[in-house]
Amino acid sequence: MDSNASDTIPGPRAEDRLPPTTEAAAKIVIVGGFGVGKTTMVGSVSEIRPLTTEETMTQAGVGVDDDFGSASKTATTVAMDFGRIRITDQVVLYLFGTPGQERFWFLWNGLFEGALGAVVLVDTRRLEVSFEVMGRLEERGVPFVVGVNTFPDGPRYPLEDLRAALDLPPEIPIVECDVRRRASSRDVLMTLMRFLHSLTLTGSLT
Amino acid sequence: MTAPKRRRRYPAPQPPVPPPPPGAAADDEPAGEAEREGEGKQPERLFVISGDGERVPLDLVTLIVARAEAPSRATPEQTAVLRMCAAPLSVAEISAYLRLPFSVVTVLITDLLTARLVQARAPIVRQQIPDRSLLEAVMHGLQRL
Repeated sequence: MDSNASDTIPGPRAEDRLPPTTEAAAKIVIVGGFGVGKTTMVGSVSEIRPLTTEETMTQAGVGVDDDFGSASKTATTVAMDFGRIRITDQVVLYLFGTPGQERFWFLWNGLFEGALGAVVLVDTRRLEVSFEVMGRLEERGVPFVVGVNTFPDGPRYPLEDLRAALDLPPEIPIVECDVRRRASSRDVLMTLMRFLHSLTLTGSLT
Repeated sequence: MTAPKRRRRYPAPQPPVPPPPPGAAADDEPAGEAEREGEGKQPERLFVISGDGERVPLDLVTLIVARAEAPSRATPEQTAVLRMCAAPLSVAEISAYLRLPFSVVTVLITDLLTARLVQARAPIVRQQIPDRSLLEAVMHGLQRL
């Protein structure tokens, strides 16, 4: 914390306070490789200025036994940007932009276990970066949709070719998006909600 | 097209949900957690008591609401949490505003819960079959954006 923060109390601005009637929060996770647009997407739909929560991970180095434990640990700070959307006076939705590497996920209790669902953002220039993430979500039974963030210099593939390349079953939505635009990011979230809604009818997945 | 090719995976067989630790439901006081700290190698998970007396871990989006003014013995961090939680605030937001790691904030909040200075509102978590009325409310909320 700032040392000169004696007269500035940390906390939300008055207009960012949730109503006292807010009973519960739900969360959605936006996951993808570095630089794919997670933070941009959080920022474009959030009603508050995006915030950052951090966690520090102490990692045992390789070959701990060889150097008698000295300098074999490295502390890694992992940051996660998030935003918020008020749904009703009772319910609020949080969006977390999460590093793609699964080894960081355990740092935050129940990040994926409790999430309503996930958006996997992919960049057609580096499609393979998202493979591991999708595999992990499938293994954990976390429902997800795929947002193809369009970069001007990225190759454009027909969505059905992408579906084949990503080996996604036909029911999992794939949508193109430009996450810099609020409407486009919102449409991806709507696609996720409609997909989750369809699961209530079929009862499939998880 | 020469995009790289992925192979789909399938959910691993789910281990059965472990039963709650013995006496968890009966024990109304979270104070016992502190005594077990440091036991074994695995860090203790932090728990809050939800409305029905069941222990649930503190989630990023557990909402924290102050129940009282900061007592004079409160630390600066505790005072800051109590002030910012005059209105409901998620653990993630508290972590962001205090610029403290999530795990540090969960310890801070567990102390405040033990002292009954704050209340925790458990998050909505994914169900096997999603809650349709919730999803409809979220869709409606998104349309307003």
